Amino acid sequence: MFPASRYACKAHRCIRALTTLQTDSAAPQLYTSLHRRTCSSVSTPRITTHYTIHPRDQDPRWEGMEMERFADEADVVIVGGGPAGLSAAIRLKQLANEQEKELRVCLVEKAPQIGAHTLSGACLEPSSLIELFPDWKERGAPLNTPVTEDVFSIFTEKHRIPVPILPGLPMQNHGNYIVRLGNLVRWLGEQAEELGVEIYPGYAAAEVLFHEDGSVKGIATNDVGIAKDGSPKDVFERGMELHAKVTLFGEGCHGHLAKQLYKQFNLRENCEPQTYAIGLKELWMIDEKKWRPGRTEHSVGWPLDRHTYGGSFLYHLNEGEPLVALGLVVGLDYSNPYLSPFREFQRWKHHPFVASTLEGGQRIAYGARALNEGGFQCIPKLTFPGGLLIGCSPGFMNVPKIKGTHTAMKSGMLAAEAIFPKVTAENLDSETAGIHVPEYSESLKNSSVWKELHAVRNIRPSFHNYFGLYGGMVYTGIFYWMLRGKEPWTLKHRGMDANQLKPAKDCKPIEYPKPDGKISFDLLSSVALSGTNHEGDQPPHLTLKDDSVPVARNLAIYDGPEQRFCPAGVYEYVPVETGDGMRLQINAQNCVHCKTCDIKDPSQNINWVVPEGGGGPAYNGM
Amino acid sequence: MRVIDYAVKIRVKPDNSGVVTDGVKHSMNPFCEIAVEEAVKLKEKKLVKEVVAVSCGPQQSQETIRTALAMGADRGIHVEVSGKDYESLGPLQVSKIMAALAKKEEAQLIILGKQAIDDDCNQTGQMTAALLDWPQGTFASEVSLDGDNVKVVREIDGGLETIRINTPAVLTADLRLNTPRYATLPNIMKAKKKKIANVKPADLGVDLTSRLEVLRVDEPPQRLAGMKVETVEDLVAKLKDAGRV
Repeated sequence: MFPASRYACKAHRCIRALTTLQTDSAAPQLYTSLHRRTCSSVSTPRITTHYTIHPRDQDPRWEGMEMERFADEADVVIVGGGPAGLSAAIRLKQLANEQEKELRVCLVEKAPQIGAHTLSGACLEPSSLIELFPDWKERGAPLNTPVTEDVFSIFTEKHRIPVPILPGLPMQNHGNYIVRLGNLVRWLGEQAEELGVEIYPGYAAAEVLFHEDGSVKGIATNDVGIAKDGSPKDVFERGMELHAKVTLFGEGCHGHLAKQLYKQFNLRENCEPQTYAIGLKELWMIDEKKWRPGRTEHSVGWPLDRHTYGGSFLYHLNEGEPLVALGLVVGLDYSNPYLSPFREFQRWKHHPFVASTLEGGQRIAYGARALNEGGFQCIPKLTFPGGLLIGCSPGFMNVPKIKGTHTAMKSGMLAAEAIFPKVTAENLDSETAGIHVPEYSESLKNSSVWKELHAVRNIRPSFHNYFGLYGGMVYTGIFYWMLRGKEPWTLKHRGMDANQLKPAKDCKPIEYPKPDGKISFDLLSSVALSGTNHEGDQPPHLTLKDDSVPVARNLAIYDGPEQRFCPAGVYEYVPVETGDGMRLQINAQNCVHCKTCDIKDPSQNINWVVPEGGGGPAYNGM
Repeated sequence: MRVIDYAVKIRVKPDNSGVVTDGVKHSMNPFCEIAVEEAVKLKEKKLVKEVVAVSCGPQQSQETIRTALAMGADRGIHVEVSGKDYESLGPLQVSKIMAALAKKEEAQLIILGKQAIDDDCNQTGQMTAALLDWPQGTFASEVSLDGDNVKVVREIDGGLETIRINTPAVLTADLRLNTPRYATLPNIMKAKKKKIANVKPADLGVDLTSRLEVLRVDEPPQRLAGMKVETVEDLVAKLKDAGRV
């Protein structure tokens, strides 16, 4: 399919795969391997070597290895250095300084520097920032672009239908700022360090630790120095344990530790399964004549059909150079396994309204990340003994506004305010060793976040009707704009995104245009721009519960959708070296940590775990 | 040395005066990591008493020194160079700083990475040795310290060359010298307690003026499409047309 094989592991394997492709099918863009089927004359080669699937205590190569971990105590440990985690850390230290109390707050982040894994549009509602730092302007927070123009369109293939944004509609952006969220997060990190938060970028939280009574004790960071085949290398070192009275989990959308916690504490028994979208984004330096600083453009419609939720954004930044941030969001509840969000994004850029802005410009960055679309109906139970969930991890995004940063920050701040009295109390009477703070849920339910999410709760699910997008827009117009979401009913989502795919035989392959190299580009050059890299000699962090499922099920029934929905070319189906049939090749080094595969795999066989800290994309102000 | 991480796509500044570094992911130069690892290994073998990590650069260089301390160095020296001085900082200035520090600290061995991956100069180690009039063992793939001399196996074009030089000496690390250890979190935490001294180049009597002026930085030219020809005669004709034959 892609010349991705050329860049994969071993040269001779690649060349052989490429030769087979060329002599094989006539299908120009898509590798429809249905004819190859699953009749492989060789058994499934071993793909997954990670210790979460193949435990080390039963592995003879690990006999006698020193597995003791160094442990340290903090008052609060925060997993994740994004807007939620940093806001919580800052708020905790602000309270500690106000009340002259000692508080040790440690924050671990898998990115090599704070902000390197942050990706967002973004059009920020400054309410939470103003609350956290009323003097944000004097402190130099990078909010440099107030929104001056708001344009909304419905795209057809060649034309656009302008839609007026009446005041009161969720998409209205008056008073908001276009920001490069990575830069804002970096600034928040600096503020946090000044306040005394211990920030450790480059160290990923890989394991949740539990007390004997089942409450959360803290986290352990990732081990380093494990070879690709799962055996220990000379430089093997165990991760470190960080124990805390309360642990805050702010891993962002679809966090891997949160996934474990949902199961462990049954946090999702009274809410709907979360539904997601994937957001792909690029930064472009455009021709100065086309630059309109402060202008925000949003569109729905082409190239997505009315049953595939999604839309685009294009923001003109005002930071001294003609930079625009643009992207496409595609709902992951789409049903056609031939859909490739990446190629939809590349094709969207050719629409006359968009191409006119990009002509003569230069692309300087690329990235992708999954985001929450479930809203109110999908908020799980937020607290458990020893910890709580903040930010996009449980998911507080206001979907029609496409804003989740202000709610994530607010949730972090409310968490800090709720746990502060408990972690600084002299003699706390706690039932469990890890402190339970249900006050956090209570304060969240009484806050603006809850009201906001409640008001827009029916907009996204209203999309699931015969008229698709247009039905949804009509619903929004009537019930949100006129009635502010006060209708007494709550619509349901469709269920898990992974279950929405139809078998490939029931769907039509989509003909995507070839990238032209000026406005649209191929996948691999895009991935290179994300700066992503990982230590090559480590077990792939995209683990499969069962190595045979990809070929037996994903490829056979759905024609291998992971080759299409991964925005980084991690998954490829290549012919086996000897004999007939295909195998799944995982190019783990390309991963940009978007989490889409874990969400959309129809067999739910892929489990994304955290790789060695410091790996992943190197976003700069995305 | 703190350099732009090797996996990041480099972008030339719009005014062609240099490359974009603001906000870009930086890491310790890979060859410097190997140098630090070798020094720490020597200390673990009890062949040297103290390892001092030195870096010249802006405020952020302290993070790089912190990583070296986490790998096992005992203390750090941060030579503060920022702004315009940092942009024009090159091997000559760094080697003058190194030479001055070596005399001040009474060092027995200076171990550097063979070259920095941003400028690929491969000059600092050699210049430092010349300024100090010390012997040098460059492109080292194996180092054995034995009393007052060092046996160095060097990677050269023809193969491997083994030399014996007296200490004090300058060594530069090549790729196969060792595999650097990870800077683990407990060591990073301990490293926060280790000392990093702050020094200005002027205090060492070093003049930072550069003898070089960068006129322009450009991206490599776009690769042009090739042309396919059917016969050898066609090929010769085309080459003649292009004036190559």
